[in-house]
Amino acid sequence: MSYSEKTRTTYQGVLQGLKDAGLFKQERFIHSPQAADIEVEFPSGASIRKVINMCANNYLGLSSHPEVVKAAHKGMDERGYGMSSVRFICGTQDIHRTLESKVTEFLGTEDTILFPSCMDANAGVFEAILTKDDVMISDRLVHASLIDGIRLCSAMQDTYKHADMAHLEQKLEMHQDRRLRLVITDGVFSMDGDTAPLDKMVALGEKYDAMILIDDSHASGFIGKTGRGTHEKYGVVGKMDVITTTFGKALGGATGGCVSGRKELVEMCRQKARPYLFSNSIAPVVVEGILKVFDILMASTERRDKLEKNAAYWRKGLQQAGFVLKEGDTPIVPVMLFNAKLAGDFSRALYDEGIYAVGFFFPVVPQSQARIRTQISAGHEIHHLDKALDAFIKVGKKFDILGKTRQEIIDRFGM
Amino acid sequence: MSDELKDIVLKYVIAEYSEDGADPIEYDTPLISGGIVDSFSMVSLKRFLENKYKISIPDDQATPEAFDSVDKIAVLVRKFTQA
Repeated sequence: MSYSEKTRTTYQGVLQGLKDAGLFKQERFIHSPQAADIEVEFPSGASIRKVINMCANNYLGLSSHPEVVKAAHKGMDERGYGMSSVRFICGTQDIHRTLESKVTEFLGTEDTILFPSCMDANAGVFEAILTKDDVMISDRLVHASLIDGIRLCSAMQDTYKHADMAHLEQKLEMHQDRRLRLVITDGVFSMDGDTAPLDKMVALGEKYDAMILIDDSHASGFIGKTGRGTHEKYGVVGKMDVITTTFGKALGGATGGCVSGRKELVEMCRQKARPYLFSNSIAPVVVEGILKVFDILMASTERRDKLEKNAAYWRKGLQQAGFVLKEGDTPIVPVMLFNAKLAGDFSRALYDEGIYAVGFFFPVVPQSQARIRTQISAGHEIHHLDKALDAFIKVGKKFDILGKTRQEIIDRFGM
Repeated sequence: MSDELKDIVLKYVIAEYSEDGADPIEYDTPLISGGIVDSFSMVSLKRFLENKYKISIPDDQATPEAFDSVDKIAVLVRKFTQA
């Protein structure tokens, strides 16, 4: 037997260490489609209860939209279940290319290539387009998937302080001797809900001959006046060199991601990106669902407009109640609690009030930055938000944090 | 020279990596194992040292251990400036 008792004991010790450190993650089983109202079994074996979901990436409320579900059925009926092949052998259907063209049109880029996920897109893009003679300069708070992709690339790595354009400029000056420069950032930063100043970044890119890459996973579909993303918000549509994004959040919420941008860079990915070359693409059923999502979004801005109003209503309600929030204007509204145990206890108390919102703490966010990350959806109605607000206020009073400053909360609960 | 060298490195490290509200960085503060400098950010520190002191530090010697404090960085730089 290769899996000896010693090996088993080793892993059991590691897992116990995670539990002892309070870092052990547990799934909560949802017994209904993804929506504002969900039915949850938590903890495992407990009776199912109906709660309001305040922490999904279902920003546009399209995850279970009847037209999207119907389109997915059509995809299943007309194109089958799977492809049993990677794209370049016999795994490309016409609808894959149709979706790539649709994404290109929506994002205002030159071309697009699909990946099984945005994690895969980020894992593959850097090594495909850069060499050891180049440099990648990334914001220090970029998403974990970008960090993993950067690690897989032979180009030189450097960073700049979060959204600090003066620091970025210093780095661009320092790296003028490299063959190519690529600046890397999230569009919307998922933990804080703030945005990268893309207008300034594009200007720096032009001044120092550097390409700009953004991961717009928490923006595509709803940020900007017509939901094109963070580049639309900052008036630089058509000037982004690479946009990576996901179809697993606002854009239907199933699976899949892409690299969209300059046609030569997309073609480099088609020739060299390993997650594209060695993994099946998005299943036909999902492709048809995503195509329907784009039809809905390109016909009307109604859903992103509703999301914007919902997010403003929610943020204002929390502010007036006296919570400490991270500044921002996106549907990601972090309620700051600073202490990890308080974040966990607060989340559990919310659940008892019928509100599903998860606590985040180290190592997902920095030490002493624990929080409840709330995420608003166009699928929320005002009555959902009012009920959630009532619950937040009730729990906030229970822990006596309403109207308290960061320092007062830390003094009482610790870092 | 060593004090001046350490002061220059410390000043750079504080400007480059110190965040608002963080604990002060001293000569012996663990930089990489302490989570202040990540492995990506070591590059600019290495480039700064090479440009400032006109040296070339081979990649196999630019290890996280060798860069883990201002004291250790000073030892590394001295090794090449005196070579």
